[in-house]
Amino acid sequence: MEAALDLMRRIPPKKSETALNALLSLLPHHSSDLLSQVDLPLQVSMDDASMKEFLLCEYNRDADSYRSPWSNKYFPPLEDGPLPSEELRNLEVEANEIFSIYCDQYYEGGISSVYMWEDDNHGFVACFLIKKNGSKGGQDKRGNLQEGSWDAIHVIEVSPDEDGIAAHYCLTSTVMLSLTTENKTSGNFKLAGSIRRQMNLDLSMAEGHLCNMGRMIEDMESKLRNSLEQVYFGKTREMVCTLRPPPEGVQICLPDSRPI
Amino acid sequence: MAECSDEAQAELSDKEKKDIAVWFLSNAPVGEISYVAKDIRALIGDDKLYDMAASEAFPRHNKAHLLILELPDRSGDVIITGHGEIGKNQYLEPRTAQVATVDHIKQVCTGLRPAMDDELPSPYIEEFRYALDVELCKYVAEAYPKGISAVYCTRGKDIDGPGNDFEFVAIISASKKSPRNFCNGNWRSVWTFEFKDETQLVGVKGKIQVAAHYFEEGNVQLDTKNEFNDSTIFQSPEDCAVQLTNIVRHHEYEYFQSLEASYLHLPDGMFKDLRRKLPITRTLFPWHNTLQFSVTRDISKELGIGK
Repeated sequence: MEAALDLMRRIPPKKSETALNALLSLLPHHSSDLLSQVDLPLQVSMDDASMKEFLLCEYNRDADSYRSPWSNKYFPPLEDGPLPSEELRNLEVEANEIFSIYCDQYYEGGISSVYMWEDDNHGFVACFLIKKNGSKGGQDKRGNLQEGSWDAIHVIEVSPDEDGIAAHYCLTSTVMLSLTTENKTSGNFKLAGSIRRQMNLDLSMAEGHLCNMGRMIEDMESKLRNSLEQVYFGKTREMVCTLRPPPEGVQICLPDSRPI
Repeated sequence: MAECSDEAQAELSDKEKKDIAVWFLSNAPVGEISYVAKDIRALIGDDKLYDMAASEAFPRHNKAHLLILELPDRSGDVIITGHGEIGKNQYLEPRTAQVATVDHIKQVCTGLRPAMDDELPSPYIEEFRYALDVELCKYVAEAYPKGISAVYCTRGKDIDGPGNDFEFVAIISASKKSPRNFCNGNWRSVWTFEFKDETQLVGVKGKIQVAAHYFEEGNVQLDTKNEFNDSTIFQSPEDCAVQLTNIVRHHEYEYFQSLEASYLHLPDGMFKDLRRKLPITRTLFPWHNTLQFSVTRDISKELGIGK
């Protein structure tokens, strides 16, 4: 598995789907590990019942069908597909509504979905997904092509304490980002990447789970966004400048590195 | 996954496993093929298959990435490229007129011999090649701290006087490997010069590729390329050399500038379009304020903004 994960860190991010499929066929017995530890850009499907789009991932899948967070139904339809308990479903519904507003505020568009399910230890796991496609829809008038996409996957394991006052939250977040521009003067410019981080917090449940989870996610997304912009993209730019230093007198191109 | 192994595809055939290994090796970022090799060898679990895949993938990878190898006698470096491939695993180093034998998988030179007369250009052609090589060398030394260049005659090397067309390919390869800093990258330029007797022009075609990979707790890759066209007058070897090098210098500098411009534009352009740093309210999201949510929700519905 270690070899498999190392490979995924080296293969170009845009080819991760092909890479993952190859690994799955080489290591069929590790498929559930691979699927849970390797993230791919999210796919979208349509919930015909509520006429809304929803995101697909391992956490809302059963066989070849996916459960929509809006109508709580499986598409294509499935008999006996697992559903969250009523109590959890209520939380899930509220989470989806609030998260979609959060999504509008930060992403000004984009699609969001939240899925929850019970785990074995009296707690539950929630998965918050966002997909934003920033393509400028093909070429603009100067023949410039610009495409971009942001996929965020946040999985939170919630374990309430025995005393019922606080809970432990373990958040694992992955952001996958891709930016492509193509025009006559600069040719083809592609920057793509993914990063993953974890955050563990013990919080009082006074304001409720959603508040706690929401704040963690917001904090994490900001950190990841900054990290991608400054550190990751900055490092690749630094590499270009190392290979071919800019002439004297041109401003230094090293970004000021801030800690993640 | 509900149903798994029973229904899963039959065990992969040897050919399929080899093809997968070749795919992974071919897609390794610059300077990382040995790490990818170690991983894929462990996963394939069959050394014979791995060796087959490696002998297919390594030469291709080395040529595509313009691998630079030091010559065994330390007289210089040889660039691994199809343009200089004389025979299987044999590569010409035009400046010192030697041919290196290369082990692609170990990525070292295993042998060296002087080039034979029929592997080298005629004196007439060599005059042009040598002049261009000298000029380019000067340029590469000032522009690239770790760059290596070479000029190959790819067509017409036996021409012994004016009245015929010939073609050169100049290669510039610079790479930086910092695995401890989780960063690798390279710059590859391939310039083709077509000397046309009838029009007395030299057609210039260039292709530059830059790649970088940063992978500390993540995986971010830069992959860029561009192509250029230009031309100049067919003159004496020295004058051609200076002119052609100027053309190369000009286009490469402009390309570098445009890369910088793309990076500078990122924060305010595409990045912001994907996710803002803060909402338009300039405050963090009010998670605790559910009343605001219902209001916002209703407004969104009224304005038809809701999804």
